[in-house]
Amino acid sequence: MSSTVVVQKSKIDPKFFTLLIACASIFMMFAGLTSAYVVRQAGGNWLEFTLPDSFTYSTIIIIISSVFLHFSYFSFNKGKEASYKIFLVVAFIMGLFFLVLQYYGWTQMENMGIMFNGNPSGSFVYVISAVHAAHVLGGIGALAMAMIHALSLDFFVNDKRRNRLKITVTYWHFVDILWIYLFLFFNVQR
Amino acid sequence: MSNISQIDQEKLIHEDGFNDHFHEHHDGDKYQMGFLTKYIFSMDHKMIAKQFLITGMVWAVIGALMSLVFRLQLGFPESDMAWLRPILGQWIVVNDAGVGTLSTEFYYALVTMHGTILVFFVLTAGLSGTFSNLLIPLQIGARDMASPFLNMLSYWFFFLAGIIMFISLFLSTGPFSGGWTAYPPLSLLPQASDGSKAGMTLWSISMVFFVVSVLLGGINYVTTVLNLRTKGMSMWRLPLTVWSFLITAIVGILSFPVLAAAFFLVICDRSLGTSFYLSEIFIGGQALDHVGGSAILYQHLFWFLGHPEVYIIILPTMGIVSEILSISSRKPIFGYKAMVMSLSAISFLSFIVWAHHMFMSGMNPFITNFFVIFTLIIAVPSAVKVFNWISTLYKGNIRFNSASLFAIGYVSLFISGGLTGIFLGNSTIDIQLHDTYFVVAHFHLVMGVAAFFGMFAGIYHWFPKMFGRFMNETVGKIHFWGTLIGAYMIFWPQHYLGIAGVPRRYYSFENFDAFSHFGTMNKVITIAAFFTFFLQVLFLINFFYSMYRGRKVTNPNPWGANTLEWTTPINPGHGNWDGNLPVVHRWPYDYSKDGEDHIPQIIPIQPGETVVHQ
Repeated sequence: MSSTVVVQKSKIDPKFFTLLIACASIFMMFAGLTSAYVVRQAGGNWLEFTLPDSFTYSTIIIIISSVFLHFSYFSFNKGKEASYKIFLVVAFIMGLFFLVLQYYGWTQMENMGIMFNGNPSGSFVYVISAVHAAHVLGGIGALAMAMIHALSLDFFVNDKRRNRLKITVTYWHFVDILWIYLFLFFNVQR
Repeated sequence: MSNISQIDQEKLIHEDGFNDHFHEHHDGDKYQMGFLTKYIFSMDHKMIAKQFLITGMVWAVIGALMSLVFRLQLGFPESDMAWLRPILGQWIVVNDAGVGTLSTEFYYALVTMHGTILVFFVLTAGLSGTFSNLLIPLQIGARDMASPFLNMLSYWFFFLAGIIMFISLFLSTGPFSGGWTAYPPLSLLPQASDGSKAGMTLWSISMVFFVVSVLLGGINYVTTVLNLRTKGMSMWRLPLTVWSFLITAIVGILSFPVLAAAFFLVICDRSLGTSFYLSEIFIGGQALDHVGGSAILYQHLFWFLGHPEVYIIILPTMGIVSEILSISSRKPIFGYKAMVMSLSAISFLSFIVWAHHMFMSGMNPFITNFFVIFTLIIAVPSAVKVFNWISTLYKGNIRFNSASLFAIGYVSLFISGGLTGIFLGNSTIDIQLHDTYFVVAHFHLVMGVAAFFGMFAGIYHWFPKMFGRFMNETVGKIHFWGTLIGAYMIFWPQHYLGIAGVPRRYYSFENFDAFSHFGTMNKVITIAAFFTFFLQVLFLINFFYSMYRGRKVTNPNPWGANTLEWTTPINPGHGNWDGNLPVVHRWPYDYSKDGEDHIPQIIPIQPGETVVHQ
């Protein structure tokens, strides 16, 4: 919405700041879910199982995806058109791959006999990872937009575009870090 | 001191103001062109504020009418309700003799919907949505919100939530009826109650949309306050209204996502067969498939939002009342920084006291000690606020108008309702008082009626800004005195009922010897409720009549206030200020200083002026 002229007092861009607050808010939701997990676990009757390996691979993939996306952002700032586009596409594809691996992880859990509607210990993993996947899907949408911009518009660097890319990159890093938190949480809180 | 009252504000802003090149971008007016973009899908914060206000008023009327129906049942259980059949239809059961009684199932639905509607739709969306939207950009000197588009979405998500909830009122199995807190297992099991069928499905979907609305709004408010303040508007020069909206929004952003998480698990339990909240349960002789859930878990998640939520309701009105009391007593607010600190302290404490709603849930009594202590500590910042309000009034040159009367009434109600909170915060006394009318009286006074008084004060005070006209003062004063007396007549006797142990949410007390002698008291309460409702009708008539026929505002600063919203044209267009943005030189509470009645924030510090606040 370009219609309102923004008076910038501080150096931080209001839209970027909006994103940071939204991230804090999303994190609170996962804090709520993981606290529920801890409280429920303390209540006993808790089925223990090992996480499917697919989640380990997906963790590695999403970290690499974040790294590539950051390369793309660096390249954009340095005006390197080719590497900016290539890294962006690679990050996007790895993002999709992450979702595929998550889905595969759920089928692995099902094969292990951990059902969605079984013991809450399994249900929590399904629900929390699914809510996370929904947020990744939002990130995929943002990456897709960034990719369409990158591939269809003439390449040049200005503040508006840098900000837009920065917001996309930051959100992607956020869902990445969020998953690392959840992955570690699931492994530590068995 | 030169003659400050002689200064032409428009000229001052033109010369001293800050040019943000707003009017060189004419696309700013593009979205105000047609009827649809100006009144319906508006992205102007002032219009969105009015949308929130009017939608909130519609919901307030629906919620209040519901309370009248169940008050009728409580006050006059023997009376014939067949006359309500044209409106309530099958919910009035008419027997062979032609005598109509309220369906017991629907009684619970009414109580539930009254709570849900008032807490979420009226006092959260209707209150924060209205005043945060109206006042944040105007008082910090911004053209609009940081993201007008998200702001518009916030309203429309609220509207969607409202529509879904409204539809649920017309289901053949009735709306949700398990209490506004929606505790499992009752809320999860369709076989347990009619209201837990489609009613609960729509209720939970509606609430998820509502959470989205609050978050979009809150994110916007925080960003706007922190990023879009005009030149010179440091944080310590913000009016207390803006401080309270900022803190409210932060509390909402941190607590509502947790509610979303809780409702998400509710939806999984209801529709996808999981057992987060459902333990081994027999119902109708049948064992459920669910194993291993915990109903208490829901209570923890719910009250982690639920307690901050009551502060989300009351904090904005604290800011509104502080501002109005200072203006109407022509004195600086007493203890400005203490007011900000106490707001922050209250909101911080609100996150660590949630389990005081759960003392009777079988919690470990050693853990309750922790929650008792922090609950009682909330009395300290609350007392600071009350002390400062009274000190602001003390020796003030008080102007008694509708706005200031409601603000003073607010302080009275906040004290009366707040003191009983100290009783309820003690886990031992709570054994007797839990789930009685004492609780009902407590929270209705302290966050229901008090929040309404703050809202009324705000409406009377900022009506000229919203519509360029005044509301009728005489009717406003009748509204105030009647509502004050009526509200106390409704809720004061309920303390006695509660101490005697009369439980809340009961349909009838006929079969209880211990409570049956309170019939007269219940009649009085019901009559007072009807009396109070009709005064609100008077307010509505005053509001809508004044919107079109009220006395026109001729002075851009009718109350002699210092804040920036009164430096705009009387009917501000999109972008709020015609030319430059105002630049701020002082805090907003320079009243009765150096022989001047008031010195607006845009006036530079004069030579020889005493400085009381940077």
